[in-house]
Amino acid sequence: MIIVTDLSHKIGTAPILQDINMTLEKGGVTALIGPNGAGKSTLLSLIARLVPIQTGRITVDDLTIGACPTDVLARTLAILPQVIDTAPLLSVRELVGFGRYPYHKGRPTAEDHAKVDYALETFQLTPLADRRLETLSGGQRQRAQVAMTFAQDTDYILLDEPLNNLDIAASRSLMAILRDLAATHSRTIVIVLHDINYAAAYADQIVAMKSGQIVATGSPEAIVTDRLLQDVFQTDPKVHCLNGKMMVQV
Amino acid sequence: MRLTVVLLLIALSVVSLFVGVAEVRVSTLWSDPEALRLLAISRGPRTIAVVITGGALAICGAILQMLVRNRFVEPMTAGTGQGAALGILLVTLFAPDAPILAKMAMASFTALATSAGFLAIVQRLPPTQPLLVPLVGLIYGAIIGACVTFVAFQADLLQYIQIWMNGEFSGILQGRYELLWVAAAVGALSYLAADQFAIVGMGRTVSVSLGLNYTQVVVLGLLSISIVTALTVVTVGMIPFVGLVVPNIVSRLAGDNLRLTLPMTAMSGAILVLASDIVGRLVRYPYEIPVGSVFGILGAVVFLWLLYAPRRHAQ
Repeated sequence: MIIVTDLSHKIGTAPILQDINMTLEKGGVTALIGPNGAGKSTLLSLIARLVPIQTGRITVDDLTIGACPTDVLARTLAILPQVIDTAPLLSVRELVGFGRYPYHKGRPTAEDHAKVDYALETFQLTPLADRRLETLSGGQRQRAQVAMTFAQDTDYILLDEPLNNLDIAASRSLMAILRDLAATHSRTIVIVLHDINYAAAYADQIVAMKSGQIVATGSPEAIVTDRLLQDVFQTDPKVHCLNGKMMVQV
Repeated sequence: MRLTVVLLLIALSVVSLFVGVAEVRVSTLWSDPEALRLLAISRGPRTIAVVITGGALAICGAILQMLVRNRFVEPMTAGTGQGAALGILLVTLFAPDAPILAKMAMASFTALATSAGFLAIVQRLPPTQPLLVPLVGLIYGAIIGACVTFVAFQADLLQYIQIWMNGEFSGILQGRYELLWVAAAVGALSYLAADQFAIVGMGRTVSVSLGLNYTQVVVLGLLSISIVTALTVVTVGMIPFVGLVVPNIVSRLAGDNLRLTLPMTAMSGAILVLASDIVGRLVRYPYEIPVGSVFGILGAVVFLWLLYAPRRHAQ
């Protein structure tokens, strides 16, 4: 369970987050949505300890962000980086292998190798295992990075706008993988999304943010409505319901 | 592949023992005490110094390229080498009688300060402009180098400082290179952190996500780069390009998994510098050409060949 208590954040004198209180239950996919500058990425970075907390408190299970040693936290919480444009010259297996670093600290055991193999297999990367990352397509590279995060074996996975630079096939495939991670591997996924349709289609829960505050939390059916979108994004798209899923007509 | 590299290094080391102005023959080696003395005092130390310098500088280049996440930088041109020279100059000006260890410590300290300065500048550059990093590094290094030259000029130490600004091995004798063993030790120790450097090379987000103390690894990397660079500058002088060319060659061939590639990088650096030194001893025999000049040509040719060779295969 991720619990955020009275979290505020400023960059210079500009307030980015104001008194955020949020509880994310274990399991499922939670999408953070909101207009540019709403503070979604900052909130995610604070949970991920990429940015030090100024005021407030964040706990992940029984670990307190900031107080807990970073290498201990690395076995509970992972951040999926955005697709690196200048890919490191590594093979897929080597990249996925680095996901085990929090456990072996440089000396992989048989168990680590087995976990890497399992991750490669789970994401259908076994045929690509010895290919260099730079020879893969953007979607395949993204899949390799998810496999690395999967091999890290953490209960929580955070993603900041992972669909940037991905085409529709790769985007859908990534979201399906994340859904599957939550459903079959009981991981907790927190993801910042720009496209509300992806949030509506794949998330169990949506957190809507605006000007550094949380405006609403709930199921996609409750959040993706004409009125709320207008309130949060100040634009008036039409929302349809298709086969039980909410869809925004853009 | 690895075996070939080891054999090549051994072969070149043997050649290096027998190339020079004074003649040493394999056939008369054991019956000639003069020849043995020459090997022990001059050729042996020189060969060891070249191997250590080449290996350590290549490792430093690989680490710095990971730390700043840019393939076009190396310590000798991005301020570290110039910082070391600045340290030596300061000691010479203010404490000319200081022992060599103090000189070395001061050079390491200023090298660390100037490399930290480079890193601070690099972190403010836009990540979308990767070519700015080496350009800024060159300018930064040149500015520090200019300061060194200016101060040396004012203090009438220009000739003195030239010894450190242009590295070469002809002055290496027994008793005058042993500090390099420390550089070798630091280079070997940094191998223990190979995984950490490789992870830092994937960026801060990945490092934090994998539970790495990012700042600690960067400081550790800078520290070993500075110590090795300072020791090299104090003992043989600045040798540019090794740290730039060798890691690039190795990562093109074998990738960026430093745990696997760092030994390759070290050996390739040693081989290329050793080859350059031997060529430098032979081209104008009995005079010598500084190893840096030869390496610039040799390294550039090897690098160009690597850049273009795969493309020819693909056609």
